[in-house]
Amino acid sequence: MRSSALPPRILVLHAGVVALLFALNFVLPEYHHAVLARVMLLSVFAMGYNILFGYTGLLSLGHAMFFAAGLYGAGLSVYHLGWSIPAGLAAGIACGAALSTAIGLLALRTTGVAFMIVTMMFAQVFYLLTFYFAEWTGGDDGIVLSQEIRRFFVGDFYLNLTDPTTRYLLALAIFAIVLFATLIAVRSSFGRVLVAIRENEDRARMLGYDTFANKLAAVVLSGTICATAGAAYALLFGYAGSTFAGVQYSILPLLWVLLGGAATTLGPFIGTLFMYYVIDITSSYTSAYLLIVGIALILLVLFFPKGILGTIRARWAGWLP
Amino acid sequence: MTPLLTTRGLTKAYDGLRAVDGVDFSLATGEIRAIIGPNGAGKTTFVSLVCGRVPPTSGTIVFDGEDITHMPAHLRVRRGIAYTFQITSVFPNLSAYDNVALPAQRTLEDGRAKTHLHAAIMSALEHTGLADRANIQAGALSYGHQRLLEVAMGLALKPRLLILDEPTQGLSDSEIDGFMGLVRDIASSATVLLIEHNMDVVMELARRITVMNAGKILAEGMPEEIRADEAVQRAYLGTENHG
Repeated sequence: MRSSALPPRILVLHAGVVALLFALNFVLPEYHHAVLARVMLLSVFAMGYNILFGYTGLLSLGHAMFFAAGLYGAGLSVYHLGWSIPAGLAAGIACGAALSTAIGLLALRTTGVAFMIVTMMFAQVFYLLTFYFAEWTGGDDGIVLSQEIRRFFVGDFYLNLTDPTTRYLLALAIFAIVLFATLIAVRSSFGRVLVAIRENEDRARMLGYDTFANKLAAVVLSGTICATAGAAYALLFGYAGSTFAGVQYSILPLLWVLLGGAATTLGPFIGTLFMYYVIDITSSYTSAYLLIVGIALILLVLFFPKGILGTIRARWAGWLP
Repeated sequence: MTPLLTTRGLTKAYDGLRAVDGVDFSLATGEIRAIIGPNGAGKTTFVSLVCGRVPPTSGTIVFDGEDITHMPAHLRVRRGIAYTFQITSVFPNLSAYDNVALPAQRTLEDGRAKTHLHAAIMSALEHTGLADRANIQAGALSYGHQRLLEVAMGLALKPRLLILDEPTQGLSDSEIDGFMGLVRDIASSATVLLIEHNMDVVMELARRITVMNAGKILAEGMPEEIRADEAVQRAYLGTENHG
């Protein structure tokens, strides 16, 4: 049941972003083309995080485990079990859905700071497990999917994931699907309930909502989207390593979302893109680039606490979803 | 007629303080009942037990023939018990429209309201006179309008029992007049349980009045009986000067 049809300007804006990214495929220089493919997948990760953090108001510090569940679910099943790439993608997504259901059932017994700590601890367990099972995961070195595996047929259709254009377009396809899926989700009656829980959970309960069930659904949706990003990342770039399960990959989506604008549909992409280039540019000038990144983040939080798109929405464009 | 709501020996103790102390209460379908009593008498705690925000220490609650003593709050709401908060707790960052959409979409899923969502929302907003403010952020509404929005949210739940906790607190006299008309209107389709300090409102609206004091029911009866009751005079009407 949709609350209302998508207003034209919202549809135009989101379709326009996708169209622009499609056009960039043909004009971008090689380096930026590769960066953007990566950024699109990472911003899918951020969009998943945004469902839980931005819309539902639950701050998780363990989302690396969902990204890594997709990464390993896809990578390991292709690498060890010889599954096809599409089957690997499905396996990665399924792993994320299963893990987020289990984690949600346990972690949602807590709220606030305890929820942050519990999710972080579970993510640490996941991270350490990737070393414990280093025989299969390769630990820090990770596993590399060979070029032969990543060239395959879907029916009669030949796909070569080592080709930059194919990679870019597949990343864009996943990005577009998740972008519109989140847009529809947050504008649906379900999305409205998530916002109500974020704003005042007790009140939402007194309107007849099972807030636990709705929060669990948000965790599963969020975790599954993040796992989709992870699975696609492993398959498109042919690598799965434990770095992606580390704590920095739990913090990064939080920063991307804060930067771009929590509870905005396009904020995660803008935040991921912005931060990727800030790190990229500063690191070419100095080895102390994280210092500059840190200062930039502090300034942004001080002067634009709602993030880039959140500030634009608050000041100029209240219609932004 | 079987009562819509009954409680037997309902008790809530906080570290030895019995905020609600063995209350036997019964409410008939279609009634407008007021609960009055001095501050700290246990009125809000009592209705919180009924709507499930607070778990009871002992006793039973029966709603429409079903024991709901241990039922989670959100399921009681789905059975038709709506509670409007004493402290206005609309969602300030959502529009008035979205505030009402939340309860309205819920009852649509229940199948208790067969109208479409937009119609259900606008009907609740029109009922409370807020239709022309539908797109204003709830936090930007005046206090009186926020109180009305709170009632609109209760109405959109299509309740069978609407619990209003001090609905006229902080309203102007003219707003109170409009409000009383609204409550009478609501009472044609729902049973109303009203906690109220303003005695004019109570005497005007309530068909029966329950007086609480120190967690217990002190007296119960028609408005004129309550006005004449000596114990009530001592505990409440004579000594306290509310509203």
